[in-house]
Amino acid sequence: MSPFLVTLMTPLIGGFVLAAVEDARIAARINVASGVITFGASLALAVSVAQVGSLNAVGGWFFLDAFNVFLVALTAFVGMTTAIFSGPYMRHEIAHGRMDARRMRLYHSMFQLFQFGMLLGFTANNIGVLWVSLELATLATVLLVSLYRTPASIAAAWKYFVLCGMGIALALFGTVMIFFTSSSVLGHGNEALTWTLLMDESSKLDPVVMMIAFCFLMVGYGTKVGLAPMHAWLPDAHGEGPTPVSAVLSGLLLNLALYALVRLKMLVDGATGTDTAGHIMMSFGLLSLFVAAFSLHKQRDIKRLFSFSSIEHMGLMTFAFGIGTHLASFAALLHMTVHSLVKSGIFFTVGHAAQAMGTQKMTGIRGLIRHHPGIGWGLLVGTVAIAGFPPFGVFTSEFLLLTATLDAHAWTCILLLLGLLVAMTGLLRFVQPMAFGEPASDAVAVRVNMLPVYVHLLLALMLGLFIPGFLAGWYDQAAALIVSAPLEGL
Amino acid sequence: MSSLPLQIAQALLLVLLAPVAAGFVASVKARLQNRHGPGLLQPWRNLAKLFAKQVVLAENASWIFRFAPYVVFTATVMAASCVPALLVDTPLSLTADVIALVSLLALARFFLALAGMDIGTAFGGMGASREMTFSALAEPALLMSVFVLSLGAHSTNLTTMIQHTLNTPIMLQPSLAFALAAMLMIALAENGRIPVDNPTTHLELTMVHEAMILEYSGRHLALMEWASMIKLTLFATLIIDLFMPWGMVAGPDAAGLLLALVAWVLKIFGLLLALSLAETYLAKLRLFEVPEFLSMAFVIAFLGLLSHYMLEVNA
Amino acid sequence: MNTALIQQIIDGLAALMLLVSFSLLAQHRMLSVLHWFAVQGWLLAITSAFVAYGTGHHELYVSAAMTLLLKGLLLPWLLWRVIKRLHVHREVEPLVNLTLTMLIALGITLFSFHIIQPIEKISQLLTRDSMAIATACVLLGMLMMITRRKAITQVVGFLAVENALFFAAIGSTNGMPLVVEIGIAFDVLIAALIFGLFFFQIRTTFDSLEVDAMHASLVEREEEE
Repeated sequence: MSPFLVTLMTPLIGGFVLAAVEDARIAARINVASGVITFGASLALAVSVAQVGSLNAVGGWFFLDAFNVFLVALTAFVGMTTAIFSGPYMRHEIAHGRMDARRMRLYHSMFQLFQFGMLLGFTANNIGVLWVSLELATLATVLLVSLYRTPASIAAAWKYFVLCGMGIALALFGTVMIFFTSSSVLGHGNEALTWTLLMDESSKLDPVVMMIAFCFLMVGYGTKVGLAPMHAWLPDAHGEGPTPVSAVLSGLLLNLALYALVRLKMLVDGATGTDTAGHIMMSFGLLSLFVAAFSLHKQRDIKRLFSFSSIEHMGLMTFAFGIGTHLASFAALLHMTVHSLVKSGIFFTVGHAAQAMGTQKMTGIRGLIRHHPGIGWGLLVGTVAIAGFPPFGVFTSEFLLLTATLDAHAWTCILLLLGLLVAMTGLLRFVQPMAFGEPASDAVAVRVNMLPVYVHLLLALMLGLFIPGFLAGWYDQAAALIVSAPLEGL
Repeated sequence: MSSLPLQIAQALLLVLLAPVAAGFVASVKARLQNRHGPGLLQPWRNLAKLFAKQVVLAENASWIFRFAPYVVFTATVMAASCVPALLVDTPLSLTADVIALVSLLALARFFLALAGMDIGTAFGGMGASREMTFSALAEPALLMSVFVLSLGAHSTNLTTMIQHTLNTPIMLQPSLAFALAAMLMIALAENGRIPVDNPTTHLELTMVHEAMILEYSGRHLALMEWASMIKLTLFATLIIDLFMPWGMVAGPDAAGLLLALVAWVLKIFGLLLALSLAETYLAKLRLFEVPEFLSMAFVIAFLGLLSHYMLEVNA
Repeated sequence: MNTALIQQIIDGLAALMLLVSFSLLAQHRMLSVLHWFAVQGWLLAITSAFVAYGTGHHELYVSAAMTLLLKGLLLPWLLWRVIKRLHVHREVEPLVNLTLTMLIALGITLFSFHIIQPIEKISQLLTRDSMAIATACVLLGMLMMITRRKAITQVVGFLAVENALFFAAIGSTNGMPLVVEIGIAFDVLIAALIFGLFFFQIRTTFDSLEVDAMHASLVEREEEE
């Protein structure tokens, strides 16, 4: 079997197997094993793609290039570490009666199916299949958000479902519109939705239809990215779901939606020959940055705090992809990587912190460093990293982004800096008392597994200090792919 | 010039046939309810009886109250004489403009409402206020559905519109279906039929038209009743003119006229049959739901307008 | 039948689709909402059958059959069972009053006709005219989701949006490729099942199907100290 098939099929098979496994302890192990296999296969896949540049699989239904193969590897990696983290975390939840065996089965099975949906979306060469897989990933996570069956979690899941359902419906409408114009160029079959063929013919697509379609796609997939003003579901879904789910939602699902948006933007740019689509993305990105940065200051719940930080960073990436220059795309890709690593790491830490203190309210979490040094330092370092301090990777990517902005739209630099500053103060202001301060008396000892967190933070640190040659080459290729699109069309 | 007598004959026909039409609806409804019913000519007998009776006036009735039945009747008859029933082109056809028609009916309604309020009883005022509320919603809807049709003919003149319909090949036009649906709903409301108003009861809580003419008696009442019967036939004829004018003749020739007469009578009684069926099967709406019903009619008419532009213009 | 007639029939069905979308918005009772939803499903199936006949794309017959089973029969039946089981046929009070909703809906329809106009001019397809109506129906379904309080009506709104999307695919592009269509149908089915699951969870947790109650719990959760 090719590494591609292993990557794709392992989570699918894992999902079905885990649906049948009664014992939560064994299930958690299978979960980890499936994550490890997927990650290993994705690495092999990445190596083979790096050798040939791009590759089609399974009769042209799947397609891999520098852009998506690195996202596949990233997804598989974060999926694996989340699975490792979720073992002890979920055991604690069972011990405290928030979960039972039946729901654990659902959790494990859905976790793997979500992973399958993600990988399918990244590799699909058909924008219709891309839509289907994004919907699949959404449906899988809806059940995960409501896993605790508390009123708030059900309400959050409902909000998530309805808003994202609405968004994704708009995205489908945009897809239908693309098909509407492409079927006159590429015939009335799967070809008219196949991304590679569309890309080759993008200059022949009708610019007006593509622009209208992009507006629908922007709002539709933008809802899933969590861009303001369609972000209302995001803090609730992240806040009320189990922590591993928040971690993969923030670290992965948002990436897939953004990936879909960028892929389609490449098509639209090719058709219109202008950068209007980029400007739309930039405005949404900037708006999200500001809305999230200011909302950060009003939060009381620690998971909500970091979910707003996710909105902020997704806004940044959308903005960067919107600028569309080589440097900006490079920065966006780097940012996507470090954000996924750091944010999922933070959510792991936050999950342990909440377990240790028995609450998600930030007023109830105090003095972590004294009480649980591992968790406390993890939270502090993670926050410093996500807030964009050197020497972490987030700093590097934000610096690159600012440089790219100076080149393209200098005046927006001030806005970006302002937004980043507001967001940074918002985070530090809440995290400082949680990390230091007087420890709360009723804290309990928890078995923590900080290894995934440290691995994530170390990777982010490494990316801040130096980017390994093969990775830089990858980003470079991917950025070149994204940027070259409009040039071909012109 | 022989068409002038024909024009007059046509208007007379409409006015004289109106009570029979009302009797027809009553009989069919009675049959559907397993009753025998009073027979086709009962409205005529009622009118005759009322004309013979003495008028009883309320003490504080002003001249408006006495004046109103004549205005209402005359305005309605004028409206009826505008509407082509058999002949497409008549001497009065220049005046046969739908907007003029609607305003004639509005004039009648205005005086009806005034008369309702004139006596100062609670029922009269209530009926008048309801009637005006409903008509404020019904009139735009009526005009809107007429506009849908006039878009094709480029005119709001009935004669021109009929000629346009007769001269174009039959094709499926969604906009016409919308306009027809809206028009039927409006016709129900304008004539105070179920589900908007019930012409056969005097229930305090719901009556609209009956509440306004509650104080009338004798020949005044007869004129008011007659006017409302004419209005029913008028609307039926209007619907026929606008949506199914086939069978009408362009010029005065005897055979054609006879055929047109048969066609018209058949179509009128077909519509009235549908009306009686609808009245039997539908339940009356609660009063506060009527504005919703009427705004729905407006929406449908407007959809007709939009779908005309969307589906039919650029073809 | 000649193409002109087919075109007219499809246009007529498109107009009916628009009308049904409006009727869905205008309903008071849960059962009539469901009833109109089923009508929409049937209309979709009929439309795809006609498009299949008119264009000769025979795989559209498959989607017509799928639509009839899924959207014309199965989903309405499932929702009907939920309504029976949970006793929610009470009147649904919309958030915005009905006349205003209708006016907004008219505005939306005008808006979508306006934005789609440039597209209609360039397409040569048999069914190009229905694109505007499909857009309007999509937005009307969303309006329904926004203006209703009951979870079930929101779901019907969601499914109406799906129907409109399907109509867009059938009516204006002569159908998406079968693989994609099956994927979408599968997703809708799963979504409907999850919705059904949710109804019972919501019902047991909140003792009502009002969305307000759920929203209140979130606000409470956020504000508790």
